[in-house]
Amino acid sequence: MPSANLVACECCDLLHRLPRVPEGHTAKCRRCGDLLRRRPRNGLERTLALALASSVLFIVANSFPFLAFDMKGLSTQTTLLTGVVDLWQAGKQEIAALVFLTIELAPALQIGLILWVLGPLRFGQRPWQLPHAFRMLRHAQTWSMLEVFLVGILVAIVKLLAMASVVPGLALWSFVLLIGVLTAAVSSFDPEEVWERLEGEP
Amino acid sequence: MSESERASGAHEYRTAIAASYASCHDCGKLARMPGGHVRGVRCPRCGAALHLRKPNSLQRTWALVIAAAICYVPANLLPVMTVTSLGKPTADTIMSGVVYFLEHGDWPLALVIFTASIFVPMMKLAILVFLLISVQRRSSWRPVERTRMYRLTEAIGRWSMVDIYVITIMVALVRLGNLATIEASAGAVFFGAVVVITIFAAESFDPRIIWDRSEPETR
Repeated sequence: MPSANLVACECCDLLHRLPRVPEGHTAKCRRCGDLLRRRPRNGLERTLALALASSVLFIVANSFPFLAFDMKGLSTQTTLLTGVVDLWQAGKQEIAALVFLTIELAPALQIGLILWVLGPLRFGQRPWQLPHAFRMLRHAQTWSMLEVFLVGILVAIVKLLAMASVVPGLALWSFVLLIGVLTAAVSSFDPEEVWERLEGEP
Repeated sequence: MSESERASGAHEYRTAIAASYASCHDCGKLARMPGGHVRGVRCPRCGAALHLRKPNSLQRTWALVIAAAICYVPANLLPVMTVTSLGKPTADTIMSGVVYFLEHGDWPLALVIFTASIFVPMMKLAILVFLLISVQRRSSWRPVERTRMYRLTEAIGRWSMVDIYVITIMVALVRLGNLATIEASAGAVFFGAVVVITIFAAESFDPRIIWDRSEPETR
């Protein structure tokens, strides 16, 4: 009996003999309902395209004005990183580091690592340091919190509207698009398919 | 399809550990462990160290839960933000942020902040303590529901960051010299610590031990 299609549930350790999951379908654990396997449609090609789009949006979101604040003729123009820099200079390095990790470093790693793995694979090469790339990608996913930041933006805007007007900039719109595109890239990325392609080689 | 269902039926409620298999934490590959001994064994596919269960899951999770509970007190008592308007400073705690929105009749936002900053961290700690105690008492109470509770704590922890982000954005935007400035205060550091520590705590808990303890006969 080949053990290649034998899998254990990550949540309850139940063994399953898993037939090939068709594209666009998922397999769930019979006992606890946790996801065993998901095979997205055109997974790797679509992921590569979405990751490339994410990298452009990420650069735009970081290079252009994010939010501006107007109060009695005085205005403040900010970028995505302004708050991090201010917190760092004000002696709140812990918070600055946490915010930097969750809205800059982790998303950048997600995009970079997906490209790192899928770029070479597209040209039939084995990605360099593949296990490490997958491990870092998993950690990056835990700490990437762009969608939570968006809720933070909305709350802050409502709070500040009582004082003055808040003007959204180009980077904010790019940031909103980035959340959608990066989420799509991550959910269509299937590491198992990368392994299958590499192991399928003669 | 019927053939595959019959095939999986052959493994009716057989766990990987009972069949001497370990699944890799990193790539999910199942590796056979002759004799059930895994010390120093590495994944044949990706080379990561293999464990039957996350090492010292109970002790680690307890330590992190207790650390988070300790940080939770100053996070809520100390001000998270100081607003200085026309030279007059006002300190805001997490709760006063909720009250602010309630007083202005903005109850949807009050609910968002209350859920993200107060309810989510408390529920996360409560669920983890409940899971730890139930595992230690070898409880067989509703393992499916307990597994679901665990997955919930894993999914919702990140939403506690909302308040930290609100502070970051306000600090960046409100720098109007003598007119108004906003600074982050000590409470925010403790609150950030609670968020980070509870994320580590959820990660160090191994949901498979819920099943190990509740069904000893499958081993």
